[in-house]
Amino acid sequence: MIGNLDYSTLQQIWWIIASLVGSLFLFLTFVQGGQTLLFTVPRDAEEKALIINSLGRKWELTFTTLVLFGGALFAAFPKFYATSFGGAYWVWMLILFTFIVQAVSYEYRKKPGNFLGATTYEAFLFINGSVGILLIGAAVGTFFTGSSFSLNDYNQVTWQTPYRGLEAARNFFNLSLGLFLVFNARVLGAMYLINNVEHAALADRCRKSAWKSFLWSLPFLLYVVANLLFMKGYALNPATGEIFLQNAKYLQNLLGNPVTLLLLLVGLILVIYGVALTCFKNKNNGIWFSGIGTVLVGLAVFFLAGFNDTAFYPSSFDPQSSLTIYNASSSHYTLTAMTYVALSVPFVLAYIAYVWKQMDSKKLSLAELSSEDAEEMY
Amino acid sequence: MVEHIDLSQVNWARAQFALTAMYHWVFVPLTLGLSFLVAFFESIYVRTANEEWKRITKFWMTLFGINFAIGVATGIIMEFEFGTNWSNYSWMVGDIFGAPLAVEGIFAFFLEATFFAVMFFGWNRVSKGFHLFSTWMVAIGSNLSALWILVANGWMQYPVGMRFNPDTARFEMQNFWEVLFSPVAISKFTHATSSGFLLASLFVLGISSWYLLQERHQVMARRSIIVASVFGLLSSAYVAFTGDEAAYSVAQRQPMKLAAMEGLYDGRTSAPLIAAGLINAAKEPGDKQAPFAVELKIPGLLSLLANREAGSFVPGVNDLVFGNKEHNIIGAEERIEKGKIAVELLRTYKEARKAGDKDIANAALKAFGDYQDNLGYGYLNKPAEAVPPVGITFYAFHIMVITGTIFPLVFLFFLYFQAKGTLSYQSWLLSLGILCIPLGYIGQQAGWVLAEVGRQPWAIQGLLPVTVANSNLTTGTVQTTFFIFLALFTLLMIAEISIMLKQIKIGPEEN
Ligand code: HDD
Ligand code: HEM
Ligand code: HEM
Repeated sequence: MIGNLDYSTLQQIWWIIASLVGSLFLFLTFVQGGQTLLFTVPRDAEEKALIINSLGRKWELTFTTLVLFGGALFAAFPKFYATSFGGAYWVWMLILFTFIVQAVSYEYRKKPGNFLGATTYEAFLFINGSVGILLIGAAVGTFFTGSSFSLNDYNQVTWQTPYRGLEAARNFFNLSLGLFLVFNARVLGAMYLINNVEHAALADRCRKSAWKSFLWSLPFLLYVVANLLFMKGYALNPATGEIFLQNAKYLQNLLGNPVTLLLLLVGLILVIYGVALTCFKNKNNGIWFSGIGTVLVGLAVFFLAGFNDTAFYPSSFDPQSSLTIYNASSSHYTLTAMTYVALSVPFVLAYIAYVWKQMDSKKLSLAELSSEDAEEMY
Repeated sequence: MVEHIDLSQVNWARAQFALTAMYHWVFVPLTLGLSFLVAFFESIYVRTANEEWKRITKFWMTLFGINFAIGVATGIIMEFEFGTNWSNYSWMVGDIFGAPLAVEGIFAFFLEATFFAVMFFGWNRVSKGFHLFSTWMVAIGSNLSALWILVANGWMQYPVGMRFNPDTARFEMQNFWEVLFSPVAISKFTHATSSGFLLASLFVLGISSWYLLQERHQVMARRSIIVASVFGLLSSAYVAFTGDEAAYSVAQRQPMKLAAMEGLYDGRTSAPLIAAGLINAAKEPGDKQAPFAVELKIPGLLSLLANREAGSFVPGVNDLVFGNKEHNIIGAEERIEKGKIAVELLRTYKEARKAGDKDIANAALKAFGDYQDNLGYGYLNKPAEAVPPVGITFYAFHIMVITGTIFPLVFLFFLYFQAKGTLSYQSWLLSLGILCIPLGYIGQQAGWVLAEVGRQPWAIQGLLPVTVANSNLTTGTVQTTFFIFLALFTLLMIAEISIMLKQIKIGPEEN
């Protein structure tokens, strides 16, 4: 069956898959959000250890999802991979640096002889959770605001600014999206800890923190959504392949595509519902609602950027160089082969879920941190 | 297609890739092998229910975790560096090259990431059996990640299963299975993973030797030595076997690399193998100088190993640069001429198509078909550019092979004295065991330097030179990131080594 799919269907399927991986990553940034709570929420070393150990069992999952996001884009939309990474060099490099330092921090923070001292590793975790997520948000923002690059006849990219992508963070829309993601990650991080750790006082403080971060996230969210509805967008004329600026493009995409609208609305409601459960009903399961809500909102955002004849990586310098899911994708053959590979994704998700069910059946407690296996702990 | 080649930028990008890849490869081989050794130890524990084996398992697992963390940290940059520093490469071959990287993420990295947490934190949360299963999954997962990345690398060394599409100006995949089961991919996978097993065995052997010299943790040390020596001995035999296979594959598919590996300038029948030698650094292709200052030859052996046929002809650098009519070898010189025509025809085709001139476009495309096999050569300026740095390639190969000859002997000695029960008194052997740890790392790095430097000037063998593969960045930008990586990775590696040494000093928990 997959072998008979036509080219544009496959391109759309792969945009959906890439969006799904990206949106799952946004959910999993609860790890990064949790990392930013380290300096404020815990009252003593024990509580800090609880937080680190709880997050420390999940960080690889988030990290690996980011890696897969990169790999999936490389395989399915190589022109995007080449243009964005080779062009917006500094943004991506800085994002990667924050993930490099994250990867060693859990393991090394408490180990004797760690050379840099525990506080340095905690600072690494904080930087990853704040700067890293902020820049990722700003980079996603350029899906709407555009970047200044051009492609030549051989599709080689020339970036027009010496800041190589960092200029994205000077745009208030991109910045707002980044800040929203940072605060949203903090909300999710607090909720995850409430769900995963057994410690009443810590959970209380997490609830307060979740509420505060949620309030902080609102103005940025509203700014982003309001702008999205009214801003001009880069539209594709499917007959000629030409790119042109269209008024209220994303509003039209939203209205023209009820699925996206539904994803956005249900997603937002779920996020808010999760926060309400956590902060007003003292429930521990808010993470599931807000987390799934985040995935749905993420999907809506990516769909707005990619579907309905829209350029998902527009060039503000030379609109005709803009990337669409149709001109940036791999060949028909490769997309077909990769779609067969993607059939295994549900299986992968299933074993991950199974393992985590086993591992999380018991909450993490202080008692476990001082048990006989404590030397494995972070 | 290349508007501006900034050579110093290309060279800094190469240096950066080499730096980050070599750092990644410091940690990866230990992961590949130690994950299996830990799985062996834990399997013995589960079968015997002997708590000493659990302690052994946990001790080596702790070291595994310390190494794994920095392996992951150095890995993420590799994945994105193709885009950041080799963006033209990524576009031109992404259709083929991206797929294995994505598959690696789906199949291998999630396996590792998921079961790693069970392995470390699951002792009291899951059953004994499930824990053991998880440990095995981590071992299999890490070796699967090696598989996919080596498929990608194997394809760069020997591109198969694709064709050039002049309309998109890129290479497109035609056969996924050909890419996956490419003989080069298979020889790379078997050789690189088994060399990881070997390195991890040396690591366990060396540290255990130190304990014996210190007269500490002797039970653990002796048991670890037995398992590591057996695994190491088997692995080193396999390494030699697959290494021979790799060399044969190089001879058949990358003759220029083979010529550089052996410092062979003038091709000949019954070519000798150079067992050791000092390269004459002033030697250039085509001149009359001797390639070596001193050398130790084994007559006829190279012909036998390279072609599996005694007395056969092995081409040298000069044959491959200037051509050799007698043996039907077209030299780089001639291919560059044809390549320039191909580049020109491609340009004509593109311009005519843009201008809507169908006739010119079709004529150019038709003519291009006859020349396109040489397209990559069209970007070289002079034939000598087709030759990799001979000295580096030669020494890297010989260092690797020399280390590969020492290791099996070391394992044999350890097994022999262990069987005799006098191992603790052989302090010379125990010291040699410790020395083998750095030797193992040197052999590892040498192997990759051979593989990658010997591939120059090509990013994709014969198709895409590195000068065309790179991103359009300034030298200063790449220099800056190069030094950031150098500082950051060095800092993290110092932390890693310091933690590792501390843990070794502390040793396993005593009961
Ligand atoms: C301690 C590690 C180690 C040891 C003892 C050996 N190798 Fe090796 N070798 C590697 C570690 C390695 C490596 C680092 O893993 C490489 C780099 C690329 C690869 O796939 O494996 C490699 C590559 C490599 C290549 C290049 C393949 C290419 O360019 O595509 C050849 C020809 C050999 N090896 C041959 C040998 C021979 C004949 C050995 C004799 C015993 C040997 N190796 C021992
Ligand atoms: C982890 C082990 C590896 C090591 C130590 C290593 C080492 C190196 C070195 C020394 C260079 C520089 C060569 C030169 O410019 O003279 C290089 C370049 C490069 N390698 Fe590797 N490599 C490794 C694995 C890989 C793999 C698995 C791939 C691909 C899947 C790869 C792709 C490249 C590319 C694209 C370049 C840059 C272009 C070039 O200089 O050829 N490397 N590597
Ligand atoms: C130059 C190409 C390479 C790229 C793009 C690359 C990519 C990566 C990435 C992204 C990770 C982190 C995975 C995670 O999220 O857990 C990683 C780790 C790993 N890579 Fe590489 N890698 C390269 C070379 C290699 C080679 C040549 C091998 C083996 C032969 C290898 C084997 C591994 C293994 C076993 C890990 C697990 C963690 C560890 O290193 O300890 N990689 N790599």
